[in-house]
Amino acid sequence: MFTLTLKFSRVVNKRNGKWKIVQILVGSSPSSFLQWPYCLRRCSYCNFNKYISRDNNDHMMTECLQKETETLLQLSQVSCVTSVFFGGGTPSLAHPSTVAAVLETVSGQASLSEKAEVTLEVNPTPVGMSKLEDFCRAGVNRFSIGVQSLQDDDLKILGRDHSSRQALQTIEEARRLCPGRVSVDVMFGRPKQSVESWENELSKLLRVCDDHMSLYQLTLERGTQLFKQVQGGEVTVPAEDVTAEMYQCARRTLHQHGFLQYEVSNFAKHKAVSHHNMSYWKGRQYIGVGPGAHGRFVLPGEGGVAREARTQTLEPDVWMREVQQRGHGTRRRIQLNHLELLEEVLVMGMRMTEGINHKHWELFSPQLSLREVFGRSTDVQELLQSGRLILDDRGLRCSWDGLALLDSMLPALLVELERQISQRLQRDHHTDGQTKKTSNPR
Amino acid sequence: MSFSLVKRWCETPLLRRVLQFKTYRRKILNYNMTYTLLRHRWMKRLPVLSSSFKMISTQTDKDAVDLSKFPADRIRNFCIIAHIDHGKSTLADRLLEMTGAIAKTEKNKQVLDKLQVERERGITVKAQTASLFYNHEGQQYLLNLIDTPGHVDFSYEVSRSISACQGVLLIVDANQGIQAQTVANFYLAFEAQLAIIPVINKIDLKNADPERVESQIEKVFDIPREECIRISAKLGTNVENVLQAVVDRIPPPEASIDDPFKALVFDSNFDHYRGVVANIAVFGGRVKKGDRIVSAYLGKTYEVNELGLLRPDEHSTGKLFAGQVGYIVAGMKDVKEAQIGDTLYLQEQPVEALPGFKPAKAMVFAGMYPMDQSEYQGLRSAIEKLTLNDSSVTVQRDSSLALGAGWRLGFLGLLHMEVFNQRLEQEYNASVIVTAPTVPYKAVLSSAKLIKEHGSKEITIVNPAQFPDRTVVSEYLEPMVLGTILAPDSYTGKIMSLCLNRRAVQKNMLYIDDQRVMMKYLFPLNEVVVDFYDLLKSLSSGYASFDYENAGYQAADLIKMDILLNGRPVEELITIVHRDRAYSSGKAMCERLKDSIPRQMFEIAVQAAIGSKVIARETIKAYKKNVLAKCYGGDITRKMKLLKKQAEGKKKMRLIGSVEVPKDAFINVLKRKQK
Repeated sequence: MFTLTLKFSRVVNKRNGKWKIVQILVGSSPSSFLQWPYCLRRCSYCNFNKYISRDNNDHMMTECLQKETETLLQLSQVSCVTSVFFGGGTPSLAHPSTVAAVLETVSGQASLSEKAEVTLEVNPTPVGMSKLEDFCRAGVNRFSIGVQSLQDDDLKILGRDHSSRQALQTIEEARRLCPGRVSVDVMFGRPKQSVESWENELSKLLRVCDDHMSLYQLTLERGTQLFKQVQGGEVTVPAEDVTAEMYQCARRTLHQHGFLQYEVSNFAKHKAVSHHNMSYWKGRQYIGVGPGAHGRFVLPGEGGVAREARTQTLEPDVWMREVQQRGHGTRRRIQLNHLELLEEVLVMGMRMTEGINHKHWELFSPQLSLREVFGRSTDVQELLQSGRLILDDRGLRCSWDGLALLDSMLPALLVELERQISQRLQRDHHTDGQTKKTSNPR
Repeated sequence: MSFSLVKRWCETPLLRRVLQFKTYRRKILNYNMTYTLLRHRWMKRLPVLSSSFKMISTQTDKDAVDLSKFPADRIRNFCIIAHIDHGKSTLADRLLEMTGAIAKTEKNKQVLDKLQVERERGITVKAQTASLFYNHEGQQYLLNLIDTPGHVDFSYEVSRSISACQGVLLIVDANQGIQAQTVANFYLAFEAQLAIIPVINKIDLKNADPERVESQIEKVFDIPREECIRISAKLGTNVENVLQAVVDRIPPPEASIDDPFKALVFDSNFDHYRGVVANIAVFGGRVKKGDRIVSAYLGKTYEVNELGLLRPDEHSTGKLFAGQVGYIVAGMKDVKEAQIGDTLYLQEQPVEALPGFKPAKAMVFAGMYPMDQSEYQGLRSAIEKLTLNDSSVTVQRDSSLALGAGWRLGFLGLLHMEVFNQRLEQEYNASVIVTAPTVPYKAVLSSAKLIKEHGSKEITIVNPAQFPDRTVVSEYLEPMVLGTILAPDSYTGKIMSLCLNRRAVQKNMLYIDDQRVMMKYLFPLNEVVVDFYDLLKSLSSGYASFDYENAGYQAADLIKMDILLNGRPVEELITIVHRDRAYSSGKAMCERLKDSIPRQMFEIAVQAAIGSKVIARETIKAYKKNVLAKCYGGDITRKMKLLKKQAEGKKKMRLIGSVEVPKDAFINVLKRKQK
């Protein structure tokens, strides 16, 4: 039920004109997400929390990650961690001993079963590749490799520090170490990309990849170098119609090759889904560790019953100071009310092809069933009639076509959810106020 | 639009006027001539009282003012008229300084322009009055200067001011020469039969060419060049001559102190403490503090609390006498009680009312809505306050399904509308959505039933949604204006094609000198209200000037154009257009809508249609993919915020069929384009 996400944010370390990165993410069930906040260089499309560190402070960073992991696990009173995810940043820049130390801390606080999924994000550089074996020894049993593209020119535009050949070698090495537990991240909608070249790239990847693939459409984020280049007309990205076609084409191709889509951007064969990520979409609790990490968990230690959204301090230096002073670097704590929790469950759950089943919804909303919430709305009815949304005995989910348009449907669903919950609250309030002469006629 | 224009219409058919403008002969130029003011022919010309006066020792000795010592023949009432920026307000500053009304300092810049918008734009919006004491050949004179707005949109103010005057100073820039508003203002004064003193200003400029301007004046206005006074208001050069000319050439008002008291209300302001402050011109008799006076319009009686001169600040004198111009406070609590054009008389001595003015007719209408409905009350009170001092703005409550509750305001013209908006924003800090301006169309009804319903055969349509169907109408009418364009002749070709594009008919063309051309065109008002002036300015590199006066209504082939979203009409976007312009304006609206309606899950057809015939179409393509690529634990807060915002926005969307249209889309289509 709980995911620990230990999170390292990235720090880019400039030394001798070279960028050095270290990054971690950790996840559990409660998952934890560990973030390593360092990168060697800034990717042109990335607006992630990442830093260029001034000193060699890996050791201190490790200590702090351990400390925060310990503190937050204690606060959550978690007994069993089911997955850990080292992300970031570029966690493969961290020393394997850091990963080992953090995992040791996790085991010290809660039971970390043999079967727990421990994923590490890897940059497919020769350095990253050379450490894979040590990471495995440290306890990592799943690799997620940021291939992004197999075109060297594109890798340059994206500001990546590896070549396609290095990527292929890294996949091979990772598969050797963790067969069936290697994921490949690829990006589409890249500058100058065509549907045809995307198809070719996909076939090439399918020949070398393992059982898991994540396909992300390149998102132009404000403040990134790529955003500026596109704004300034130096670089053009494919039109929306083209990227939509790339997405559909990839879905078809992967399907033909036995990859089942289980989420908007995630595909797996032989049931090799990422359990850690599934727990996000299923609305489970998780702990985020590291600069800028997010968590969602109940704090029974403080008498809490409601789930809290916790955000850790962003800047690594400040975060480290805070961890040293008070054991954790939580910058913000917000109690999620019932509606907010259901909103997250809905928004995250609908990203899965299986959607939200009745039983799952009932866990969070015992009073109002999916049908009670969405069955009456005319907006939702229209979505159902259009065939993009399905509400049946299994639950609520998107159709194949609907999944690509999820963000156009969510506002209507959220409006309806809010209306039903607030009506429900008013009704309860109203009946509470009356003497209980008769049972509620509802 | 104004008293004089309306009157002019009744007297002269349009065409004759248009063709005649060159042949106007100045009948009353000789200031020695005794002349009769046709406007005030009810007034008998009586011999001027010639008692001896004790001269006021110092001009600045305000407290010593004894107005009884200024009989009508020592009074001159005049105003200054000019094209924008020709130096009207600067000359007023100099006149005020030279007569001691204000101290002479560097800071005197457009003293009479009190409003922020006036100072910023260098225009006068609201007429101001200042009484000056001037010593000429041993005699003390009381000169009443009424500073008038220069723009045609405010010609209502101009003609009101003119009605209280006997003469005008017509200022022309020595560099720019005669401009469109110079011509328009000249005719206002000319037809009111005022003495006109041409003043050529800015002779200190490097490119000044007063000789050329003099010959223009001779050619266009038929005023001998010798009568022009060359000055530099900025430097004060020759301004003394202007004052002398005012005394010498402008006749004194024809008013007798022996008549019963009779005064014309030619302007009013509202003061929160004292109520209405009315500007009056005394046409006969005398009035003093404590007198009980009656408004001829309402028949209500008031007691005079305070009265005096404007120098230009209020200067209480306790009395006002025939021929004088000043202010009066008489306990009027509502600005509507001081009807402009009203006649005031003493309770015990009723007189026949002066003919007054026809109310200004709004010619440009625009919807005004608060940015957010919660600001409705605030905006309402701001509009109310502003209209207190600008009675020419008409206000009608209106509401739009998309923009909520608001108003449809009528203005005298475009500049008037812009100035109103600017004052609303600057003086009342109100943010408003202003829709694109429209003009009042008319329909002549053919159905007896409808005629009975409306109580008249001819109805005015201000709101396009109320446009009556062709089948019940014998003809539609649209408002016309007579436009005057002055420009260097090298731009003639471009200007002519622009005018033709705007359905204009050329009425006249005249070289006012060897390089500058004056053209007169009859325009449908609708064709000039939106962007005509901007285009004219840009195609002539800023050299052309434009002005217009109302020219009645003409039959026009008007049609109602609907805008459809997936086949459903959108009520707030109904537009009345001329058949010839339907395609281009329909296309433009479709394009603007296409750009402002967000893509949805289905395709949206944006169409302009006349009846059942679609004349323009744009398509908003359906979303093929709209889903965030990466969504894990880390960034969910941001994602949730965005979705919640969209969900909130969805509640506020206007639903046309199943198409969700955000308020912004309506604003983008309806509002005026920013320059």
